[in-house]
This record gives sequence, C-alpha cells and structure tokens, in this order.
Amino acid sequence: MTTRAFGAPVTRNEDARLLSGRALFVDDVELPGMLYAAFLRSNVAHARIKAIDVSAARAREGVVAVYTADDLGDYWAPGPLLVPPPPIKGITFNQRTQVPLAKDKVRHVGEPLAVVLAESRYVAEDALADIAVDLDPLPAVVDLEKALADTSACVHDGVRGNLAAHVRQSRGNYTAARARADRIISRRFFYDHGASSPIETRGIVACWDARANRLTIWDTTQAPVFLRNGLAGMLGLSERQVRVIAPFVGGGFGPKIMLFYPEEVVIPWAAKKLDRPVKWIEDRLEHFFATTHERGQIHDAEIALSAEGRILGVKDTFLHDTGAYNPYGLTVPINSQCTLLGPYVIPNYDSTFRAVFTNKPIVTPYRGAGRQHGVFVIERLLDIAARELNIDRAEIRRCNLIPPEAFPYDNEIIYQDFAPLSYDSGNYGPILEKALDMVGYRHFLAEEQPRLRAQGRHVGIGVVCYVEGTGIGPYEGAKVQVQSNGKVSVATGIGTQGQGHFTVFAQVAADQLGVSVRDIDIVTGDTDQFYWGAGTFASRGAVVAGNAVNEAAKVVRQKILRLAAEHFECAEEDLEIADGKVTVVGVPGQSVKLGELALKANPMRGAVRPGTEPGLESTQYFGPPSGATASGVHAMIVEVDPQTFTLEVLKYVVVHDCGTVINPLILAGQIHGGVTQGVGNAFYEQLVFDEEGQLLNASLADYLLPTALEAPRMQIGHTVTVSPLNPLGVKGAGEAGAIPVGPLFAQAIEDALGLTEWKIELNEIPLSPARLFELTSRRQ
Amino acid sequence: MTTETHDIAVTVNGTVYERTVEARLLLSDFLRHDLLLAGTHVGCEHGVCGACTILFDGAAVRSCLMFAAQADGHNIETVEGLAPDTEHLHPLQEAMRDCHGLQCGYCTPGILMTMKAFLEETQAPDEAQVREALSGNLCRCTGYQHIVDAVLLAAERLRRPPE
Repeated sequence: MTTRAFGAPVTRNEDARLLSGRALFVDDVELPGMLYAAFLRSNVAHARIKAIDVSAARAREGVVAVYTADDLGDYWAPGPLLVPPPPIKGITFNQRTQVPLAKDKVRHVGEPLAVVLAESRYVAEDALADIAVDLDPLPAVVDLEKALADTSACVHDGVRGNLAAHVRQSRGNYTAARARADRIISRRFFYDHGASSPIETRGIVACWDARANRLTIWDTTQAPVFLRNGLAGMLGLSERQVRVIAPFVGGGFGPKIMLFYPEEVVIPWAAKKLDRPVKWIEDRLEHFFATTHERGQIHDAEIALSAEGRILGVKDTFLHDTGAYNPYGLTVPINSQCTLLGPYVIPNYDSTFRAVFTNKPIVTPYRGAGRQHGVFVIERLLDIAARELNIDRAEIRRCNLIPPEAFPYDNEIIYQDFAPLSYDSGNYGPILEKALDMVGYRHFLAEEQPRLRAQGRHVGIGVVCYVEGTGIGPYEGAKVQVQSNGKVSVATGIGTQGQGHFTVFAQVAADQLGVSVRDIDIVTGDTDQFYWGAGTFASRGAVVAGNAVNEAAKVVRQKILRLAAEHFECAEEDLEIADGKVTVVGVPGQSVKLGELALKANPMRGAVRPGTEPGLESTQYFGPPSGATASGVHAMIVEVDPQTFTLEVLKYVVVHDCGTVINPLILAGQIHGGVTQGVGNAFYEQLVFDEEGQLLNASLADYLLPTALEAPRMQIGHTVTVSPLNPLGVKGAGEAGAIPVGPLFAQAIEDALGLTEWKIELNEIPLSPARLFELTSRRQ
Repeated sequence: MTTETHDIAVTVNGTVYERTVEARLLLSDFLRHDLLLAGTHVGCEHGVCGACTILFDGAAVRSCLMFAAQADGHNIETVEGLAPDTEHLHPLQEAMRDCHGLQCGYCTPGILMTMKAFLEETQAPDEAQVREALSGNLCRCTGYQHIVDAVLLAAERLRRPPE
C-alpha cells in the first residue's frame, strides 16, 4: 500500500531543475535571427505629444525598425476591459484602457512612445537616445482629492473630475443603527500598497513561423490562455495559430495577470511584420513604471457600537487611485469594500467609493488586491473602539466574530466575482484562541510587558483577524494522461510563478492513480498542451485547477480499472492500483503496469467496440459556484527603538484556516512569503511620487524590499474547516499572509511606544522609521 | 558609438572560453547570452538584488556590475557548476529542496552562489549569521525562513557528510 501523497509535506518536483540552473525562463529563450526591442518612454506624467522624430534612430547601424503609434495603423487600439464592473445597482464606470503606444497624449511617466528593434539590446537602447520627442506638458493629476475638483486637469479628455467609477453597496440600515449606538467612532485612514517587485521583471519573446503560419509567444504572464485569445483576435489569426507559453515565471504576485501590456501588443506584431523573432525584457527601472502597481486609498470610516463593544454598523467612504487607465475594472476597490467586513457580524454596512484617474502608472491587483485596505480600516476601528470602550483588543474581536452555526454566511453585497459575498464555511473562534495562545497574549500583557517596560524597553503586542475570498471561478481544466512509459502527464491551462503546482497537482493525481508524485509530470501555461482556462489569480490555482486535476484523475482511474478488468477477466472490485501497476488482490504475480495498459488502450490494428476512446486519458473541468473563504489571525510582539524607530519583531504568529491542506510545506512557504511582503508594505516599501507625477524612488536601492534581516521568523498554526464548494474541500492560501500585516504593525507599534497615552494613532500605512519620528514628535 | 572590443579568455566552471567582446558588454549578459549559461539570472542590473551573483576567483560578486572584459584571465563559477545534472545536486541545493527554500526559483542561483562562498568561510553559522550573509540577496517569494533553514541544514550536512 502506498502512502497517501495528498496532505503530506512532499518536497517539490520542480526544484531540481530550478536549483541546477536548468529551468527555462523567458529571457533564456534564444532563437536564431532574433531582434531585441527597447521602448522609448515618456519622462513626464501628463503632456500632449507634438512630434516624435525617429529618423536618426532608424538610420543607426544595427537598427532594423522604429515604430510609433502612427506606424501601427489600424492595429492601434485601446486594450480590452478585462473585468467588467459587477452588476451593482446605480454604478458609474468610465472605461479608459491603455494603448499600445501613446498617441496625442501621454498619461503617466513610463508610458511607451516608440519602440526600437535592433540587432542587440545595447544598440536598441543607443537608438532610444536618437529619438527626438516634443512634448507639451500639462498639469499632472496626482493628489486624489484635488483630482476630483471641477478645476482639476483631466487625465482623459471628457472625464471631468477624473471620476473612473462611483459605487455604493450597503446592507441593513446604517443610519438607524447609528441612531441607537452607544458609541460612534470616526476616523480618516490612508492605506498605500506598493509594487509587487518580482525578482524577474516582465518579458516577452515572439516568433512568427511563416511556413507553419503560426505565432509562438513566450511571456511572463499569469494568464496564457487569455493572452493567446486576445492576440489572435488583434492579429487577425485564429486561436489555433497562436501558441502562448508561460514557462517558469520568476514571481508574479498579480501584476503579471494584467494584459495586454503595451509590449504584449507591440512585440508579436513586430515579429510578424519583420518575420524575425523579437525579444523584449523589461529592466528594473522600466518595471517601476511599466508594470502595474497597487497604491493608495483614503477612507473616511465610521463605526457604531453598543457599550459592550458589539458592532452595530459601519459606514465607509473612500477614494481609490486607479492610475492613468482602468483595464482591470473594479476588482481592487470592490475587494477593499467587501473585505472590510472581515470575520465579523456587521449587520448594517454602507460603503461608497470613488475610483479616480491620476497621471500615475496603472493600478491592478497585487497580492491581496485591495483586501489589505479594507482590513486596515476595520481592524483599526476595532482597536480604537476597544480603547474607548475599555475592552481588551482580543475580546472586542472575539465577541464580534461570525458564529460557526451562521455559515454559509451571506453578507448581502456583491463580490469581485459578481457572486453574492457569501462565506462558505468557517469557525473563527478557535483560530483566534490558538493565535492568542501561541503568541502568549495574556501572559505578555499581564507579566512580560510590565516587566520589560520597567526595564525601559518599548515592547508591544498586536492581534488582527481577516478573511480572504479565494478560489473564485469561472473554471479551470486539466488533462490527465497515462504515458506508455508508465509516467502520468497532467496538463492545465494556468501559469505557474512558484506556487508549487508541479507538486501539489501531482499529489492530487498520485493518490487516484497509484503512482509516485515523482512520476507525475505537470505541464502548466502552454496553450498547445491545454487549450482552456482563465489563469493564476485570486488564490485559485489549488482550488480550481486542483479540483479539475482530481476530477480528471478519477475518470482515468475508472478507465484503468475497466481495462485491467478486461485484461485479467475479473471484476473491477478485485483490482488494486498501487506503485504504478494494477494488481489482482490476493493473487501474487497477477499485475500489469500502467504503461502497458496505456499501450493496450491504443490498439494499432483490429476493431474496437463502438464508443471506445483511445488512451488512458481524460479532460475534466471544474468551476465552483462561488469563492471559498479562508480566514486567519496574525499576532506579533515587537520591540521599537524609541530613538531610531527601528523594529525588532520578537515573535510572529500566523494561524490560518484554508480548508483541507494539500501540502503543509508549500503552504508554509506561501504564508512566509505573504507575511514578508506584508512587512514590506507595512514598514519599508512606498512608491513616492512628487507633485509632477514623478516616481522618486524607482530603484531597489530606494524602494526597500525586506531582506532576510527584516523578515521575522514566523510560527504557523492551522485549523481546518473544509470548503463545501469543492470535492477536495480546499480554500486558497496565496494571499493570506500578506493581507493583515499593516494593521498588525500599527497596533503593535502603538502599543510598544505607548502612543495612545499621547493620543497619537497610527492610522496610515506604510509606516517607516522616518514617518514614526514625524508622527510621534509631538510627544515631547 | 564606440565598438571597442577585447579578446578575452575566461574559465567558467572549468571550461576555458575565448571570445571577442564589446567593451561595454556586462559580464551577466556575456554569461547568459554569449556562453548560454542562463542559470545566472538578472533581476535589477544595479547590484541590489543579488540574483546574478557568481563566484569570481572564489568570491561572491554581482555579475551585472562587471564587464565581461574584466573577467579576462579569471576563474568563474556559476550555478551550472554546482551540479553536473539534476540527479546529482550539491548538498546546498539538496538542503534547499528539502527545506522548500525556493518558490519561483529566480533568485535561487544567486543565493546558492552567495551561500556557497559563505559556508566555505563559516562552517558552523548560527541563524543571525546566515541572515546577515543572505541580506544582500532579495527573494520576493519565500520570506527567507526556509532558505535560512536550508543553509543551516546544509552547513550541518557539510560538516558531517553521510557515511
């Protein structure tokens, strides 16, 4: 009997290739006759384009072509709206999507104006300096509140007040709840997220094969199937003529799901037009402007409570910076709006947001995708409420948690997947208890903190709760196929950026098919291997594609048993699949290898019964009715140096419930990475724009990603509440680590420095040593 | 534009390569695109992320901050030199796999080379020393914890090789 692979901390199938430098990333693709592209980008945020003269660049030796928007002709068109606004009553949405190369106007620093194609990247970059651009600068729209004024410059002519969207969602009756509240607390909160900064920047290689009449694209995308479909449409090809390969991708975290980036439109077109392979690899400076960000929101929020600390209602009005274009619709601010509700019973909720166009790079989801902003608001409101009502911070959370008998729990508003925001399952109390236990909450407050304070140390504790909507539709599929060498091939349409798909999908299939995880070969992100799918986003890979793999593997298992039963002339019930072969139970020596059965399933001569399908293979699809809601609690003890405001995290605890766990080792890695991105967001990373819309810290020396010295050692605990929405019972886990770190830092730092005694609240993220110095300077 | 070139002879993973290179060609580009040793990755091209770290005469250096011409006559080791194939990994690579010290794997080659040099100097490091030594390499996926665990495990295994 083989050990069950599902649920075990299996090391990864993909690692040997990655560790030995033998995995293919986009920039590793080398093709004969390849050209190299470099983009000329706007160095001002907002301007009319008067003239672009590329003649000198075209004349440079080694330059093959230089194109501007005019050269694209009819191919030039604004990109598609990727996510239409959800069906919410009374919604306003002004669609303005990005263009391949700027025409007439530039709307953010880094927007591409022209592309050079040359025999080397070095020459292509030389030629950028040959291009003469005449821009007539316009006032830059940078500040969210000023942008809404009638007198503001307009990012898009015809969109007055730069209003990209206006959305109100509510449940219950907040006004009535407010009227009977014992305590009303109102605050303004700022939450700024940052740049996802994968260590591999974006890149694309396009190769037109005129003989085969096919286009092959290698792209760092999280959504190869959509990219193929869209490019085929733009180029007038059928989908079958385009193959998109997302090979190993060096981190995504959201912005690589965005499409079509201008480079993704221009490079394949140029490759086809010039009939030569073309490569473009984004450099780090470009990445800060040309890849999407997630940025700031300003919330004016109010909470109404009973004297005992029960939440009666929340009202929130916020502004969301969508950047120069809004191709990703409303996903980010809708997530903020929905995730604010968290794991709490909030019977009355009134939330309105306005999304605002600015002359800054485009905002699309980055790990958490707006959830952070909402979680920050509710968690900070609860901290303030706890203080004002003299209730313990953990207790005010505990007493407002949705009780386990209330699931499925309907929040009565619409989520990003257009479905009602309903939590499928959960049991939040034990998560909080476990986290408090692991961090030593009560002991710390009663004994440790007073003792350390007496020594003059500034040590504080924090505890925050959150939920994460994961595993949304529409669907994914998988093809499972037994090979004649006995190995199993599994192909799925999603792309992979480090999540361990080569291993977790193998674990799912291994138990069904009785083969070792190592004998299962996973293919992701190659549209020739699997035709359909949506992509890797919203913590949905394991949930949606994982269940598709499970369904397909189940069918293949049935085919194996049927064929083996014929082979042995016995009943299927008498057979056992294990160790790569089918054995007749209780008859030693009576076994057949899966590879032999695969060969047998593909007869080369003779007749078969009508309806017979060749091979031991199956393609199945899985689409959940709605997302599975994961949940968790983070707690931390931090020490702050009161002079330098540097932090030392003394303890960091995550307790998480993502349903059934497929691989605890990989899950831990997802959480560690998420938390560390959250730490960066909370205290180190901030995109700093000046009034002209210039990004002032566009390098990794100035935009500070956490290193091994800033990342805390984390302890992880789990509880398991299975999801009823899919057969594996799993929920997503990719974003959970990153979501609640901002309010945790604010709470714990406030506590460490005793700021509430000075009536100083930390109602903004990111913080930093410099910002803490400013905010606390009025203590003296 | 200058097209000044240099004739260079560089030893990489024990093989001598003789090439004519432009003066401005970065060592990272030379390794990746001229020698097709694409295991060395480029993450920032300004010496911060550490993905392009190689061993240059035994010392961990950033290949994006050097020109290929500067490597003339020198000895370089890249990630491809750590293991002859995917079946025979270096103990550091094995520990990274065992501890799940990598996710997307893009920063991994640079981390392996930095840690190889570190473990040659420091055979029995503690966690603080490992974190300090790792702090010049950015990883955006792992939160470093499993990398730290892997380096500590590798150090232990290298001190006490299996019988």
